[in-house]
Amino acid sequence: MQLPPALHARLAGAPGAAAPLPVQRDALAGNAPFRFAARQVRFPREHEFFEDGDVQRHLYLQDVITQVAAEPERPRVPEFTCQVAGCCQAFDALEDYEHHYHTLHGNVCSYCRRAFPSGHLLDTHIQEWHDSLFQILAERQDMYQCLVEGCTEKFRTSRDRKQHLVAHHLYPADFRFDKPRKGSRPASQVSTEAAGEDRAPSEGDAMEVCSEHAEAPPEPPRERRVYGHRVPSTICFGQGASRGFKSTKKRSKRP
Amino acid sequence: MWRGRRGLLRPSGCGVEELRCRRREREAALRKARREQQLVSKRLLRDEATEEAEGGRVVVILGEAQIQEFLRLAQRGIEEKERERALVSLRRGLQHPETQQTFIRLEGSIRTLVGLLTSNKALLQLEAARCLHELSHSEQSAVAEACLPATSYLLTYLSGHSSDFISPHLTVLEALGYALSQLLQAKEAPEKIIPLVLGSTLPQHILQLLQPGPKLNLGVAVEFAWCLHYIICSQVNNALLITQGALTTLGLLLLDLAAAVQRTEDAGLELLVCPVVRCLSNLLTEAAAETVGGPMHLQDERVLAALFILLQFFLHKQPSLLPEGLWLLNNLTANSPSFCTSLISLDLIEPLLHLLSVSNVVSVLVLTVLCNVAEKGPAYCQHLWPGLLLPTLLDTLALSDTEVVGQSVELLQLLFLYQPGAAQAFLQQSGLQALQRHEEVAQLQDRVHALQQTALHG
Repeated sequence: MQLPPALHARLAGAPGAAAPLPVQRDALAGNAPFRFAARQVRFPREHEFFEDGDVQRHLYLQDVITQVAAEPERPRVPEFTCQVAGCCQAFDALEDYEHHYHTLHGNVCSYCRRAFPSGHLLDTHIQEWHDSLFQILAERQDMYQCLVEGCTEKFRTSRDRKQHLVAHHLYPADFRFDKPRKGSRPASQVSTEAAGEDRAPSEGDAMEVCSEHAEAPPEPPRERRVYGHRVPSTICFGQGASRGFKSTKKRSKRP
Repeated sequence: MWRGRRGLLRPSGCGVEELRCRRREREAALRKARREQQLVSKRLLRDEATEEAEGGRVVVILGEAQIQEFLRLAQRGIEEKERERALVSLRRGLQHPETQQTFIRLEGSIRTLVGLLTSNKALLQLEAARCLHELSHSEQSAVAEACLPATSYLLTYLSGHSSDFISPHLTVLEALGYALSQLLQAKEAPEKIIPLVLGSTLPQHILQLLQPGPKLNLGVAVEFAWCLHYIICSQVNNALLITQGALTTLGLLLLDLAAAVQRTEDAGLELLVCPVVRCLSNLLTEAAAETVGGPMHLQDERVLAALFILLQFFLHKQPSLLPEGLWLLNNLTANSPSFCTSLISLDLIEPLLHLLSVSNVVSVLVLTVLCNVAEKGPAYCQHLWPGLLLPTLLDTLALSDTEVVGQSVELLQLLFLYQPGAAQAFLQQSGLQALQRHEEVAQLQDRVHALQQTALHG
C-alpha cells in the first residue's frame, strides 16, 4: 500500500478541511433492487466485529500477568546520598532516589520549606498561606479553591472544602497526600497540610490536603505540642523546615 | 506495561516454533471464550498466565489474621525490607480467589492499600500496585465496587503529579487503569458501574491521561484507552463524553500515533491504536458529534491522513485490525462531503484500492467507503474515474464472495448513474461476462440483472 508522499507532510501541517465538492444526488440512486445508503455504523461491546482486536488485547494481558506474577528484579547500585543541602538520606536504588527527590525536594515552598506532591498544590499553598491579601479577601468571599484540578468550586473555609472533597470527589474521609505512619512522625513524609506550628491560617487547616484523624476524636493537644518541634533522627534537615507534623488542632490565627 | 520490568518470560527449553504453537493455542482458547461470552472471565486470563509463571507453585490461601498482619507490617514495619516482604506475601496470597474475598471483606483493607499506593516509598507503591493488579482478578463484583471510590481519589492524587511522572507513579497508574478496565467489563457495568464513573471526575482524568504530548505514557494510555472503549461501547451517556472533549482529544491522539508509527516500528503501538480507533468510530455515530461548526465537530482532514498511515501500519503489523480502521473510515466519510473530498484531494483513492486484495471483510469495507464517495454525485464520481477503479472492480466481480460482489455491483450502479462513459467502458472491458456468473445467485440476481440492463440501455 503506497501512500502519496505529500500525506506525511499533510499530517504535520495545519488543521483544516477541504472545501467540499458539490453534492448532487439522483433519485434513482439506491433504488430497488439496489440498497446502498451511506450510513455510520456503531458496534456494541459483544459484537463479533471486535473479536480480533479483543483477542490481541487479551494475549497482551496474559503476557503481562505472567510477568507480574514473577518476582521483580531490583537493580541495586552502590549506596549514595541525596545531594540536596541538608538532606542526607541514603539510597541503594535509583527508583527510590527518584521518588524521594520528587516528593521531598520537588515542589518546595520557598517561604516555609514545605514540600508538595505537585506544582498545583504548591501554588495553592503559597496563595493560602503566604499571601496576606488572601486572608483579607477570605473574610469576605469564598476563597478556598477545590484541590481537584478542573473543579471550580470555592469555599469559605478549608473545612468546607475538605467536606466537598470527601463528598464530591470521593476522597477517603481521612485522605492524605503524604504518608505519616500512625503513632509516629516519620521524617520522610511530605507535609502538605497546614498544621505546622508556625502558621495556621484561619480555621483549622487551610491547605488541608492531609489530615490524619478526620472524624476521630482529636488527640490531646499536649501530646501534639511535645512532638511539635522534634525532628526524627532518621533524617536530617538543615534548614528548619518543620515537616510531618500533623494535627487537626486549631491554631492561633495568622496575622 | 510494567516498564522496566518487562522481559519476555519463557518457560525454559522452549523453541521458537513451540512458542508460536503455544500462542496459537492461546489465541484459539481466547476466541472460543469470547464467543461463549466468557472472555471477560478473569479466571481465564489468570489460569493461562499463571500456569506458565508459577510452574506448579502452590498458592497459599491467607486467612483474616494473616492478611491483617501483613497489612500491619506493610504499613508500620520499621525496616523497609520487612514492609516489602509483607506486601509480597500478601500479593502471593491474593492470587487465590479465597484470599481475595477475605481481603475485601476485611474492614479498612482497601483503605490501607490506597495508603500504600500513595506512599512515598517507591517499592511499596510498586508492590501495592501489584496487589491491586491481583485483586482485579477477583470474580467478585464487590471488589470492583470497593475499588471505585479509591480509583477517583488515586487518579486525583496521581494527576497532581502529571508534570513530573516518575516510574512508581506510572506503574500505579497502569495498575489502576487495568483494574478499572476489568471493572468496566463486568456484566453489570452498564447499569451500575458506568453511570457511577460518568458521574465522577474519572472521565476528565482519563481524557487527560490520553492527551498527546511528551507526557503521554504508552502503558498507561493503553489501559485507560481500553477503559474508555468499554464505557463508550456500552452507550450509557456518550454525549457527556463528547461535551468533555473526547472527540478532540482522541482525534489529536490519533494524529500523534500516526506520527509515532512513522518514527518507530515499535511493537505495542497497535495496542493503543485499536481502542482509540474504536472510541472515535463509535463516538462519531452520536448525534452530539454532528453539530457542524461546533467545537466538538471533528472536521480535520489530518485525521484522514493519520488513519491511512495507520492502515498501512496495520497492513504490516496487524492485518486483523484493518477492518476496524476501515470501519472508522466509513464513519468519517458516510455523511461528510468534506471528508469524501479530502479522500480525493489527498490522493487516497488508489491506496484504498490496493487494500482490496487483503480479505473479503476488508474488501467489503473498502467498497463501502468508495460507495460513500460515489453516492455524493457526479462531482465525486468524476474523480473516481477512470484510473484503477474499473479494472479493480472487474477483478472483484471475478470473486465468489457474495457480499464483495454485491458491494461491487452497488458501486457500479452509482458510477453508471453519475459518470458518463462508465457503462460504455464497462461493456468494452467484458463487464457483462463478468456479471454473468452471478446471475443465479439468490442475493445478487436482482441487482445483477438491473445492472446489466443499465449498462446495455442506459
